[in-house]
Amino acid sequence: MLGALIIVFREVLEAGLIVGIVMAATRGVEGRGRWISIGIGAGVLGAAIVAAFAGAISQAFEGSGQELFNAGILAIAVVMLMWHNAWMARHGREIAAEMRNVGTAVSEGAKPLTALAVVIGVAVLREGSEVVLFLYGILASGTSGVSIALGGLLGIVAGAAFTALTYFGLLAIPQRYIFSVTSWLIALLAAGMAASSVQFLNNAGFAEVLGNTVWDTSWILSEGSILGKLMHTLIGYTERPTELQLTVYIGTLFAMGLLMRIARYRPRQRLAV
Amino acid sequence: MRRTIALFVPFAIAALVALSPATAQAQDFKLTIKDHKFTPEELKVPANTRVIITVVNEDATAEEFESNILKVEKVIPGKSSGTVRIGPLKPGRYPFVGEFHEATAKGVVIAE
Repeated sequence: MLGALIIVFREVLEAGLIVGIVMAATRGVEGRGRWISIGIGAGVLGAAIVAAFAGAISQAFEGSGQELFNAGILAIAVVMLMWHNAWMARHGREIAAEMRNVGTAVSEGAKPLTALAVVIGVAVLREGSEVVLFLYGILASGTSGVSIALGGLLGIVAGAAFTALTYFGLLAIPQRYIFSVTSWLIALLAAGMAASSVQFLNNAGFAEVLGNTVWDTSWILSEGSILGKLMHTLIGYTERPTELQLTVYIGTLFAMGLLMRIARYRPRQRLAV
Repeated sequence: MRRTIALFVPFAIAALVALSPATAQAQDFKLTIKDHKFTPEELKVPANTRVIITVVNEDATAEEFESNILKVEKVIPGKSSGTVRIGPLKPGRYPFVGEFHEATAKGVVIAE
């Protein structure tokens, strides 16, 4: 049971971290509870569907279907995170001001919420499909299934608790810093996802360039450890990044910064006569 | 504006490079999972070239082929098979595990 708990917890951790960050990033935006729930719900449903068709997906594209699928949904998540940060760069100040003044939420908030619901959905789907496959396999094999399934459920509960921990941890940050902190977190999250996405492409037999390892920090922090996994999700930590991964990582950060600068820029409005 | 364009140039180059076809011809190998164990547990592959490993899962349960050093993370559903692409590797030992049954499912790719 403990084994199943740990395996499921490790898989749920990544999605949990992302949900926690997104919840903190959308604090004070109207209707976020609904969109976050939709994201999680769609992710769970999607995970079950993906798990059901895992064999077919795996066999697609000469056995590279799973990698292409992962690369694709990660790319979608990166685009959505960029959209969110650009939007926040433009409207964040208004939201912060309104939160301070009357506590009313901003109606325009719906836009990045759909984007973030997609990000949550993708995160839950990716990790969730592995959990479903793992638990399904155990149940299908019959023997001692109940205790392992229970362990799996406890693993999911532990993951949810971790999400809450992330969320309340971020909320402890003083209000005037929270937007810049969550913007940075989301930028690093996106850069890490982009680097993972390009590695999946490489595993699928595409983007087979710049394959040399730039450095090896596995002796400091192993990606297999819980902390390594957390840092992998949070800032895209990779113990042996390839030149391609590093290029894409830095490129994504640049693109994100550029987009946010463009979004923040507003030509001076003329006074109405 | 010029700065904006200048910033995008490296991405355009990166995209072009990424689209160009791979040079080395990949070689095929096979790994079988049965009773949550890999056969062979030591897989010898040539160094400095792309290698394709077909992982056949004969168990009813799913397995996740995982190796940080090989940069692979792939779920192989029960009674199914999957393709794993690795390399080019420098000569050396590259351990991998089946993450769902880590106690027994262990192996190592030896590049030489």
